[in-house]
Amino acid sequence: MSELPTSAASNPTRLTGAEIVWATLEGEGVRDVFGYPGGAILPVYDALRKYPIRHILVRHEQSAAHAADGYARASGKVGVVVATSGPAATNLVTGIATAMMDSVPMVCITGQVSSKILGTDAFQEVDITGITLPVTKHNFIVTDPKAIGPVLRKAFLIARSGRPGPVLVDITKDAQQGLADFDFAAAAPTPHRPHPMLSAGHAVLSEALGLILSAKRPIILAGHGILESDAMDQVRTLAERLQIPVASTLLGLGAFPASHPLSLGMMGMHGEAWVNQAIQQSDLLIACGMRFDDRVTGVLTRYAPNAKKIHIEIDPAEINKNVKADVALIGDLREILETLLPQIAPRNDSTWIRAVNVLKGDAAVRDIKNLPDLGHLYAAHVIHDLWRATDGKAIVVTDVGQHQMWEAQYYKHESPRTLITSGGLGTMGFALPAAIGAKIACPDKEVWVIAGDGGFQMTSAELSTVVQEHLDIRIAVINNGFLGMVRQWQEFIYERNYACVSILSPDFVKLAGAHGIPGATVRERSQVLPAVADARGCSGPFLINFLVEKEDAVYPMIAPGSALDEMIRRPSNGHNPLLETSEEP
Amino acid sequence: MLHTFVALVEDKPGVLTRVASLFRRLNINIISLTVGHSESQDVSRMTIVAEAASGSGHRIKASLFKLENVLDVDDIGQLSCVCRELALIKVAATPQTRAFIFQLAEVFRAHVVDLAPESLMLEITGVASKIEGLIQVLSEGDNQILEISRTGRMVMRRGQHTSRVLDAMRVPSPEEEPIIPITDTTSGDSGLELISGDPNHPL
Repeated sequence: MSELPTSAASNPTRLTGAEIVWATLEGEGVRDVFGYPGGAILPVYDALRKYPIRHILVRHEQSAAHAADGYARASGKVGVVVATSGPAATNLVTGIATAMMDSVPMVCITGQVSSKILGTDAFQEVDITGITLPVTKHNFIVTDPKAIGPVLRKAFLIARSGRPGPVLVDITKDAQQGLADFDFAAAAPTPHRPHPMLSAGHAVLSEALGLILSAKRPIILAGHGILESDAMDQVRTLAERLQIPVASTLLGLGAFPASHPLSLGMMGMHGEAWVNQAIQQSDLLIACGMRFDDRVTGVLTRYAPNAKKIHIEIDPAEINKNVKADVALIGDLREILETLLPQIAPRNDSTWIRAVNVLKGDAAVRDIKNLPDLGHLYAAHVIHDLWRATDGKAIVVTDVGQHQMWEAQYYKHESPRTLITSGGLGTMGFALPAAIGAKIACPDKEVWVIAGDGGFQMTSAELSTVVQEHLDIRIAVINNGFLGMVRQWQEFIYERNYACVSILSPDFVKLAGAHGIPGATVRERSQVLPAVADARGCSGPFLINFLVEKEDAVYPMIAPGSALDEMIRRPSNGHNPLLETSEEP
Repeated sequence: MLHTFVALVEDKPGVLTRVASLFRRLNINIISLTVGHSESQDVSRMTIVAEAASGSGHRIKASLFKLENVLDVDDIGQLSCVCRELALIKVAATPQTRAFIFQLAEVFRAHVVDLAPESLMLEITGVASKIEGLIQVLSEGDNQILEISRTGRMVMRRGQHTSRVLDAMRVPSPEEEPIIPITDTTSGDSGLELISGDPNHPL
C-alpha cells in the first residue's frame, strides 16, 4: 500500500479506522509500539503490515505498559501501547498507574467491543475508561472512525504537555472497521491550554531572587521535572554560580552529574546521611520540579525547620500539598530559571559546601564499601563494581526494593535518563519490561536490569521477549532469598517477625538458559567484575545471579514518623554488624 | 469548612464522573452538586459544595483545572455573590389543615404548586437557611413532611457595582443574605491539606 498520507497530509485519504490508528501514529513520529493482539483490536493488527512501525510482542500486557514507560523515560518521547479489550485492558492498569505517578508520557490504545453491544457484558467487554479514570491524565472512548485521528492526536498532545502523563484511547471494533476520510494535518488538536493557575510573575520572581541571594545555606532539590523541562544546564548554572549543593530525588538522579563537586546524592528515606543532615540545616530549599513526596520529607512537621522554601513546579496542585512554599514559582522550570539566571552574579563563597562535606566523613566510616571484606557478597559491592565496570554510562533499569535503593546510592549517574525506576508507585516487576522499552528506544546504549529475586519473578516471562526481539540486555538479579525491603521493615519495625518474606526462586541461570540466554552465578566479591566482563563481552543478553548477603539492610533509613535527620545508621562499632544478622539462629 | 466551586465544563458524557471522581480521590465529601446548562452552548455549569479543610481550596481548584473537560473554575470563598437553592416539599395536609400551611408558605414566600386531597406541594427558593427554616417549622407542626427534593446550592458572583446600580434603580436587594455564609464552624479536616491558601497570596 502506498496511500500513506504522512507527507501529503493535506490530502484526505479514505482509510479504515484501523489504518487511521497507524497513520496517525506514524504522523506523530512513532516508530515502535508495545502490545499484545486480541479479538477487539484485530482490525488494527491486520492493518499494521501497511505501516513502517515496529511492534514488540510482550508476554503480558502489564509488561507492554512498562515497556512503553521505559521507552518514554529513556527517550523523552511518548511511549505507545496497543492491547485488546477486557483482560488485556485491565492488565495495563498497573503499568498506567506507574506512569501516572511518575509523570511519564504514554498513549495506550485498547480495542473495545462494537459500539452496538457496548454495555451488554459482551465477551471481553470491560469499562476500561471507567477503570483507568483516576490513573490516567485523560482517557477517551471512540466509537466513530472519523474521530480516531483527532482523538489520537489530542491524546499525544495531552500526554506530553504540561506535567506529562498517560492517556488511554479505547476504540470500538466497529470504529476500527469503518471507513473515514483521514487528513493528518486537519486532525491537529487545538493548542494545549496551559494550566490557568501558572504563576511566575515579576513580583514572585524578585521575591525568589531575594531569598536566593540572601541565603547562607541553600540547597537545590533536584527532581524529575528537570528532565521533563530539559533544564539540566540551567540547574547546573544556578548551582555553580552560587556554589549551591544539589540533592536529588530518586527520579531526579542523573539530572545533575553525580561526580560534580556540588552533587550530594539522593535525599530522603534512604538518602545518604549528609544529604538529609544538610537539608535539615539549610536556610533555603530551592525545589526544582519535585513534589515533596513522603519518601523525601520524613515527618512533615520537622522537615527542614530553618529553611525557607522556593517551590518551582509546573503542576499547581503540587504547591503547598505537603510542604508550604514561601515562594511558589508555578510554571516551566527551564523558563523560570532562564528568567532568574541573568540576575544572579557568580559568587565564590564555599563555606556552606565545605560544611556539608564535613558531614560526609562520618558516613564514609559506616559505608559498607569501607568495611572489611569478610568474604560475604553485598549488593552494595555488586552495584559499586557494576558502576565502575560500565564507567557509569549504562542505562540502569531497576525494580523496586532494597536493590533499587542500593542502586540509587552506589551507581553514580552522570547524565539524564540513565536511571529508569518506578518511584511513585513502586511497582515490582517493572525492571525487565521497562528495560526492553529502554533498549528499543536507545539501541546503542548499554542497558542493565538490576532486579531483586522477588520482583524479577513477577515479569520474568519477558525473557522470551528479550530473545525474540534480539535485545542485548544485561540482567543482574540481586538474589538474597527474601523480599528484602519488606524483611528489613519487619526487622526494624515488626520485631523480626519475618512473615511471608522468604521466597524460593528457580535457578535464574537455568531459567535464562531455557530461553537461550547465557548466564553466571556469582557468590563472591572477586567474581563480580569477571562476570560483569563476561556479560559485557557477550553479543546478546546475559543474566548474572548474584547470591548476596541474605539479611543486609539499606542504611541509612528514616523510619516512618521520624524527621529527616533521625536516621537509623549502619553500625560502625569495629566489627561487621552484618555478620550478626547473617548468622541469625 | 464548606467550599463552593463553580466549574464550567464541557457538556459531554462522563464529565460529571470525572469531576465527582476527583473529589472521591481526594477523600472529600460533596455536600451538593448542581449541574445545568450555562450561557454558552455545549458548556455546563456545575456548582459544587464540598466539606474540606480550610486551606484545601487552592489544591481542589488546581486539580479541577487539570481535568481536560473543565474549562473554568471559580473558588467562591468570601466573594460577594447571589446564592440560591430550590426545594420542593410535599406535606400531608387535609382540607382542614391546609390553611396553616398556606400561612407558613406566605411567611416564607413559598408557592403552593400542587394540591391533592391528602397533600400539597410547596416550592421555595432561597438560601439554605431559609429553606431549612421552613422545613423545621413544618416538621414542628402536625403536618407530616412526605417528601423533600432540594437542588443544592447555586451561586453566581455579583456584578462589580451591583448595589449601586440597584440603588439607582431603586430596586431592593432581593435577599437579606447576599453573601455566602461561610461561618461554618466544623473543623472538617479531611486530612487532605496541611497548609492553606493561595501560595503567594495568603488570605
